Amino acid sequence: MNGEAAAPMVGAPMVEAKALVKRFGDVEAVRGIDVQVRTGEAFGFLGPNGAGKSSTMRMIASTSPRSDGDLRVLGMDPDVDGPRIRARLGSVPQQDTLDTELTLRQNLQIYGRYFGMSRADVRRKATELMEFAQLSERADGLVDALSGGMKRRLTIARSLVNDPDLLLLDEPTTGLDPQARHMLWDRLFRLKAGGVTLIITSHYMDEVEQLCDRLVVMDDGRIVAEGSPSELIARYSTREVLELRFAPGEQGGIAARVAEFGERVEELPDRVLVYTGDGERALEQVHGRDVRPVSSLVRRSTLEDVFLRLTGRTLVD
Amino acid sequence: MANGGTASGGATGSGTTGTTGTTGTTGTTGTTGTTGATGATARVEIGSRSAGRVVGSWRAAWLRVEAHWTWYRRYWRSSLYSSGLQPVLFLAAMGLGFGSQVEAGPATGGLAYVHYVAPALLVAGAVQNAIGESSYPVLSGFKWQQDYYAVTATPVTAGQLLGGQIIWIVLRVGIACVVYTLVALLFGAWLNAGALLVVPIGVFAAVACGVPIMAVAATTYNEGERFAAIFRFLVMPMILFSGTFFPIEQIPAAVRWLAWISPVWHGTELARGVTLGGLGGWPALGHLAFLGVLAGFSAALARRYFYRRLVV
Amino acid sequence: MAPTTSATTRDATPTASARRGLLLRMLPAPLYTGRARALLERSAMVYSRAWLVFVSGVVEPLLYLLAFQVGFGKLVEEVTGPGGETMSYVAFVAPALLAASAMNGAVFDSTFNVFFKFRYNKTYDAMLATPLGPLDIALGEIGWAVLRGGLYAVAFLGVMAGFGLATSPWALLLVPVALLVSFAFAAIGMVCATFLKSPAQFDFVQLAVMPMFLLSTTFYPLSVYPEPLQYAVQCLPLYHGVELTRGLAVGVLDVSMIGHVAYLLVLAAAGAYFTAKRLAGLLLR
Repeated sequence: MNGEAAAPMVGAPMVEAKALVKRFGDVEAVRGIDVQVRTGEAFGFLGPNGAGKSSTMRMIASTSPRSDGDLRVLGMDPDVDGPRIRARLGSVPQQDTLDTELTLRQNLQIYGRYFGMSRADVRRKATELMEFAQLSERADGLVDALSGGMKRRLTIARSLVNDPDLLLLDEPTTGLDPQARHMLWDRLFRLKAGGVTLIITSHYMDEVEQLCDRLVVMDDGRIVAEGSPSELIARYSTREVLELRFAPGEQGGIAARVAEFGERVEELPDRVLVYTGDGERALEQVHGRDVRPVSSLVRRSTLEDVFLRLTGRTLVD
Repeated sequence: MANGGTASGGATGSGTTGTTGTTGTTGTTGTTGTTGATGATARVEIGSRSAGRVVGSWRAAWLRVEAHWTWYRRYWRSSLYSSGLQPVLFLAAMGLGFGSQVEAGPATGGLAYVHYVAPALLVAGAVQNAIGESSYPVLSGFKWQQDYYAVTATPVTAGQLLGGQIIWIVLRVGIACVVYTLVALLFGAWLNAGALLVVPIGVFAAVACGVPIMAVAATTYNEGERFAAIFRFLVMPMILFSGTFFPIEQIPAAVRWLAWISPVWHGTELARGVTLGGLGGWPALGHLAFLGVLAGFSAALARRYFYRRLVV
Repeated sequence: MAPTTSATTRDATPTASARRGLLLRMLPAPLYTGRARALLERSAMVYSRAWLVFVSGVVEPLLYLLAFQVGFGKLVEEVTGPGGETMSYVAFVAPALLAASAMNGAVFDSTFNVFFKFRYNKTYDAMLATPLGPLDIALGEIGWAVLRGGLYAVAFLGVMAGFGLATSPWALLLVPVALLVSFAFAAIGMVCATFLKSPAQFDFVQLAVMPMFLLSTTFYPLSVYPEPLQYAVQCLPLYHGVELTRGLAVGVLDVSMIGHVAYLLVLAAAGAYFTAKRLAGLLLR
């Protein structure tokens, strides 16, 4: 996208939420969160399904009124200036809301028209975006015939039709195969390099780790931690993790026996995790104690470990 | 933090106002910039490079019509039947075929059956067409295709979306009515130029019947089974017992009021009035008012339900 | 006894194995395993929760009948019925409506329902992952449409009798005729459903059904048409159904009825066969 266009000043808050609340009847989906997204950054909401990420996203997208608290998007109040905000947003919802009975090109053109763009503009833009999404050769085919990954790419292309200042991506790669995910990430990197502010929700820690400069970890409608991926890992986890797997029924009591080899031990239904600065050494010590796991793995700490530490649960179950 | 953000936002805002201005919103953006500097509560829009802007309400609704038209250009063939052929077929089968068995008598106002039934069939066809277009296609926007959610993520609002849907149905039904009128002319079904007025009457009745169905669609969360029931228990009886094929005076008096509350009957009375005559000014106004109130009331209701479903 | 060991373990019902024995000689084994009944059970389960839709199908033709009783019948005093006898207009129309409603119900069941299961819910993909073959699915779905049509026919016949419109004991045969009409149209409808790509294309189905409903001498005698058109109308499948029901309702029998029945039987068989072929071609790739 026209990356050479004057990028807005870095540091101005694109989104600012204070004590933001969303209620559906008696259910409180978002329970008072404070968030600030700065211009030009890639910001992530990480959390399991039902953490309140999508509700937050839809409030930012100005398609869902807030129940309480304060929210500014692009400096404006969504309750007052919804259409003006939406005019400058790109939104990739969790479900592809494409018009499956039309061609790819028609989908982009019609969508662009809703942003008040001229026919000539949307025609030019559609061609450009199909190139960007690597869908040019299918431009005049029906959306119905596309694979899941292609539809997702088209939805992202569609969200870019108005050259948005802020792009919202709600679970952009859920349900896609690894290849399709990497291709999407590549496109998102390019956008970020072009100066577009990104907000991404995900329950995949690798996605957030790869794409986001800064993130908040959400659980049960609340923010439980905030920072850059490396900061969060440094703050809430150790450098390395030793994963030990045992045959069914043999895991009992192991956690206590290996506890001394790490700073912390977590027991999951299918494995025991030992948090330590040096995984290899811990493994040697475990073997020395005559503990015989079926398999073992030494790896770097991830956001998954951060989440486990903060909530006592795993992200994807 | 917040203060610094606002200040720099204001600065970039004024810096890029020029670019936005060229795309057409000079006045508003300009004023925003200045008030933002003075009042703390006023909106301070952060600088933009986006090509998007807000369009006026009528224009937004019209953009939806444009989208429908794009769809229609591809699929018009498959809708030829319901919009064009069905009423004509009914006219041929009932007006000419069945009509050949009917003797002109007091029931038909002394007219040949085809003259009697032609204006009523236009209304009935328009109503069916509009109801069809307002049921599953609208539900699909909410539920299957979910393209309504895509639209309301843009500057176009739920109300404008509804407006576009209504305008689209007016156009589609209007075209179908014109086609029917022309074909019926070949059948010799019209007695005078009053036939020209039957088209807007048909469209009006169609809107009055279609918009309530849109409201129903907006509150439907299952697979739309209720539409099957509506077609069978409401629409079919309405067409059969609203004076389309025979005078409602033949319906037993105890249940005749059911015809009086049928919008199809009001449309049919108007349509027969302008072609065959015999309709006074006050009754005509009454029929128009009935249809108008129904259309207005259900449009307000539909608008409410559209917002309730799309903006949650 | 069952021909293979695998079949004995899979199949406990003697009726199913008998049917398979007959059909196996004509059809490749994976096409048909004699389990069409499983689909009927599924449909019954589904409709036990959507009984209103089911009942509404009974009511619709009755509304038509009522409209003819109070309305149309007053406009037309008498018409020439089967065998050249004059009869009341309602008596003339009622048996035709029975045939037409059998057609409408069957087409609706076999196109709308089948289309959604086929394109969106992927119900058949799941079924074909079991021992069921495409012909099981075809016969099962058609069978349901026929059952439903039969039920409607019985209800309609009851009301006809109540109005004094069924004057001959032969009228009892209206029920099997309705079943045959249902079968034929359900089978053809299902073939068509496999060709549809978008719900908008249901208009094509309407395009075939509605003219048939209106023009197959349902509402007026064949003599209304000019002679060349009469031949065209006589080619329509529903015309044959109407001829059968109208003749039987007043007990005027005719050799030509054998021809009408044969026409519908051929249609039914062809429809079932091509449905299975289409499903096999589309789903068992």
